[in-house]
Amino acid sequence: MRRSLSDNTKGRIKLIFLRIIVYTILVFLCILCLFFFYLMIINATRSNAQLATGFTLLPKEHFIDNLVNAWNDSSINIPRGMLNSLIIALSSSVLTTYFSALTAYGIHVYDFKGKKLIFAFIIAIMMIPSQVSALGFVQMMNKLHLTNNYIPLIVPSIAAPVVVFYMKQYMESVLPLEIIDSARVDGSNEFLTFNKIVLPIMKPAIAVQMIFSFVASWNNYFVPALIIDKAEMKTVPIMIAQLRSADYSKFDMGKVYMFILLAILPVMIVYIILSKSIIKGVTAGSVKG
Amino acid sequence: MKNPKPLKLRRSKISYAKWGYIFVAPFFLVYIVFSLVPQFLTIYNSFFENYRDGLQQIGPNFVGLENYKTLFTPTSDGEILVLKYALNTLILWILGAVPQFVIALLLAIFFTSYRLNIKGQGFFKTVIYMPNLIMAAAFSMLFFTLFSRVGPIQALLTSWGVIDQSFDFFSFKITFPLLLPIFAYCLITALIGGIQMFDVPQVLTKGNGVPNGTTRTMVMYLNNYLTNKDYGMGGAISVIIFIITAVLSGIVYKMLTKQYKDPARKRRERKGNVL
Repeated sequence: MRRSLSDNTKGRIKLIFLRIIVYTILVFLCILCLFFFYLMIINATRSNAQLATGFTLLPKEHFIDNLVNAWNDSSINIPRGMLNSLIIALSSSVLTTYFSALTAYGIHVYDFKGKKLIFAFIIAIMMIPSQVSALGFVQMMNKLHLTNNYIPLIVPSIAAPVVVFYMKQYMESVLPLEIIDSARVDGSNEFLTFNKIVLPIMKPAIAVQMIFSFVASWNNYFVPALIIDKAEMKTVPIMIAQLRSADYSKFDMGKVYMFILLAILPVMIVYIILSKSIIKGVTAGSVKG
Repeated sequence: MKNPKPLKLRRSKISYAKWGYIFVAPFFLVYIVFSLVPQFLTIYNSFFENYRDGLQQIGPNFVGLENYKTLFTPTSDGEILVLKYALNTLILWILGAVPQFVIALLLAIFFTSYRLNIKGQGFFKTVIYMPNLIMAAAFSMLFFTLFSRVGPIQALLTSWGVIDQSFDFFSFKITFPLLLPIFAYCLITALIGGIQMFDVPQVLTKGNGVPNGTTRTMVMYLNNYLTNKDYGMGGAISVIIFIITAVLSGIVYKMLTKQYKDPARKRRERKGNVL
């Protein structure tokens, strides 16, 4: 294709110009996203007195002080809260991924009556907000004396329609039925096939969903707040919300920033380490065959 | 020669069908016990009055649609609270979702445009996704602290300028109509998510929706009833939230199933060539 020289140069200049604009916007967005993190970290390094003096962009030296104060605070037991959150989030994510893979496998491999209906049902319930069942859920747990207990927070994660859907999509692209057949021929029973052969193939999908469900569980505030009111069982979000209701003027602001930092730190670390596989995994389920 | 039997039939000499049921059983068991039953309980509850008045437990007495009537009765100031909170939810949602969409669309264009060929996409994607991970409660707490009287924002009194960029991608005119179905889908999914807005306003305003109830969303309203163990009214508002969501979900579902019918398939369907 012949283009006059001036057209070509004009086109290239326009392209470079556009690129500059786009990169500027991207950098701007990144700064926006990171700014509040940065502020928070900076403020967590300052003492209460320093914070009252105003705004600065440079870190000061009180990081360890604030850390010790926040960690040992008597009314808000952050270490305990983090442990609680960890127990709940970890169990939750393991159960969710395993049983969702199990369910998706059942729908993918076996042909049984009502299969289409069941799958449509799973998709349908994806859209129901959790608040609708919240009231009945709380009532039920109260009647069953399961409040202040982690069971109602962990067991329901076995039924996670979104994850099932994702796993099913993933299976459609990586799990041809021949593999199952050959496993059967080799004498493996159904459970063995699932656990020993299919699960390893599903590793990327499982990893991604574990991260997502861990984060969702860690950050969950609505349901745990309804179930738990004993101090030593509280999870991190509940404690942070408590912080907000506490008396403000008496508060050591440096400690407050440190609390917030501690609350979100575990998730940030996990995310930064695994971000590449998360991004890969999000699109993994959507490419068909 | 006879047509060979389809693969499915040949395999099913031994029927593995029952395994299908076994594998999906845990999901359904847990779902029925922990989600389905509570949902029905919620709806059931909405028809009863059931709350505490001081030390007395009133109810549960069957009152039919009384709770719903109460929800829609104006207060002494003449405002219908549930409509006010629904409006709040809508406003908060618009303020949040519209910029979100614009930026998301923009980013999608940036990252998929071959002509632009943006480097460092991994880095950008990682950083821009990060705020998503923050616990909403912690995030609101952070904002509250930063914007409070003794916070840095008061000290920093500048406002972020609005950057006004107009792009004239000739290809944009073509891609945008194609994006419309997905756009609408995202819109409604975000709407459904927006209805559930709870964590941020709750923590930011300590559950009070100050000033003057303008930031109280519908789920916060629900939470109020739940903490006061007023199961009757709580049930009613839950049902209303559910109805709104159901309508929106119905629309999303229609859009989802419409998407897969591309014109070629439609032509084949009409000719009867589709398997």
